[in-house]
Amino acid sequence: MTARRLVNGALYSVALPVLLLAAWAASPLFATNRFFPPPSRVAEAFVKTWLNESFVVDVLPSLGRLAFGILISIVLGIAVGALIGSFRHLRSFSEPVLEFFRAVPPPVLIPVLAILLGINDQMKVAVIVSGGIWPVLLNAIEGVRGIDPIMRETSRSYALGPVTRLFSVVLPGAAPQIMTGVRQCLSVSLILMVISEMFNSSSGLGYRISYFQANYLIAEMWSGILLLGLVGVTLSVLFQIAERIVLSWYHGLKEVERA
Amino acid sequence: MPTRSQSLSIALGACGILVFLVGWQLIPALGIISAEYLPPPSAVGGELIERIGEASFWEALGDTMITWAIGLASALVVACIVGTIIGLSPFLRRATLTTIEFLRPIPSVALIPLAILTYGLNREAALVIVVWATFWQIFIQVLYGVADVDTVARDTARSFGLGRLARLRYVVLPTALPYLSTGLRLGGAVALILAITSELVIGNPGLGRLIAFSRSVGDSVGLYALVVVAGILGLIINLVLRTVERRVLSWHHSVRTEVLR
Repeated sequence: MTARRLVNGALYSVALPVLLLAAWAASPLFATNRFFPPPSRVAEAFVKTWLNESFVVDVLPSLGRLAFGILISIVLGIAVGALIGSFRHLRSFSEPVLEFFRAVPPPVLIPVLAILLGINDQMKVAVIVSGGIWPVLLNAIEGVRGIDPIMRETSRSYALGPVTRLFSVVLPGAAPQIMTGVRQCLSVSLILMVISEMFNSSSGLGYRISYFQANYLIAEMWSGILLLGLVGVTLSVLFQIAERIVLSWYHGLKEVERA
Repeated sequence: MPTRSQSLSIALGACGILVFLVGWQLIPALGIISAEYLPPPSAVGGELIERIGEASFWEALGDTMITWAIGLASALVVACIVGTIIGLSPFLRRATLTTIEFLRPIPSVALIPLAILTYGLNREAALVIVVWATFWQIFIQVLYGVADVDTVARDTARSFGLGRLARLRYVVLPTALPYLSTGLRLGGAVALILAITSELVIGNPGLGRLIAFSRSVGDSVGLYALVVVAGILGLIINLVLRTVERRVLSWHHSVRTEVLR
């Protein structure tokens, strides 16, 4: 029974990608277009381009900055979001300024941060945080604000202290929405990691991909896109594991409702 | 007629802006960061007023807005249709999961080279980037929203003999709307980000190209002024989408309790 289930699950996850890849390899539309090399050539370029010392020189530092940026975004976003979401006056006070910063498209901050911090790792991490923090912060504020008022007032009537309330009512109650924000933070951060390396940089994933494009190394460029896709998938898998752990009660609740 | 708590919140917001501006003015004035790197808001404001008088500024703004609007509208339509179809069918949700999880995280900017090669240095290339990024933002929200339907409500509607369309209208839509409006708001912001980014990188006309220009000639006051413009633009877009959200969600408790207090 479980074996069948496993096979079933595996089939579900590979069927569509395999179909799409087969269509890509077989389609005459792509065979004649030199900007869309066949998957076999991209795979070849992938091995040749990335599975050597450039993994250590370009890929690992990029991933390190990405991880650092995401971590700061999440921690800061939840902490500030929970604070602002809990106090209505604080929300009114900070909202216009926060809204403004959230509204500034982060790529335009790259020149500004480059002036202020110089072109270095801190600046690249700052670029990632400047974009990645907003989905978390916004969702944390909304999540805390949207907590069932009955729940909030009940916990207050039971005389739970502010710290207990924060960790056993406010944060768990806002968690589903915060996790949605974290999910968006991950993809925005990845985008910003790439852009931050496309400007004034001489190493990193983003730099390599724009270098390949500028030199018409089409298959290599595609292999870079593929690698970014793989990074994205890995992030997403890690996220799903984290979500399962953090929101186990929420999924449990949904399952009970469904049963 | 604003209530007392509303005028209080407006006053508090104004205080927040004031504190921020004074802080910004003081940092270069006290020499913490040189005015060359961080021009004070008084200088940036002056530059901003000067720019507003120039026709080229409005042209660039118009170009950016057109790219934004076309991109957001296309992404919204496609994301709603595809998201509802996939979200409503457990089979499709399972079958497309890996493909979505692989395609969604591909950063739109990674596609810039491809878009340039395929369409050239123009708005079409920029639109590829804008639509790609915006689509996923809205699509994921629609997918989550449609899948979040309360099972009791769904089964009740079914027992009462509501047809497929009626269930879509009275059960799925109300559940998915808060998600969709969040998606629209985030998508609107992302569409602006990518519209300006593509102008920065591809060089199609718009605000992004002006920013790249100020940067290359070392005009830091102009750079900050344009960044402020980009922020104000994002702010206006966000305000409009939020007003739409409030109108559409006036019945939802996260909005309702706010009004009651």
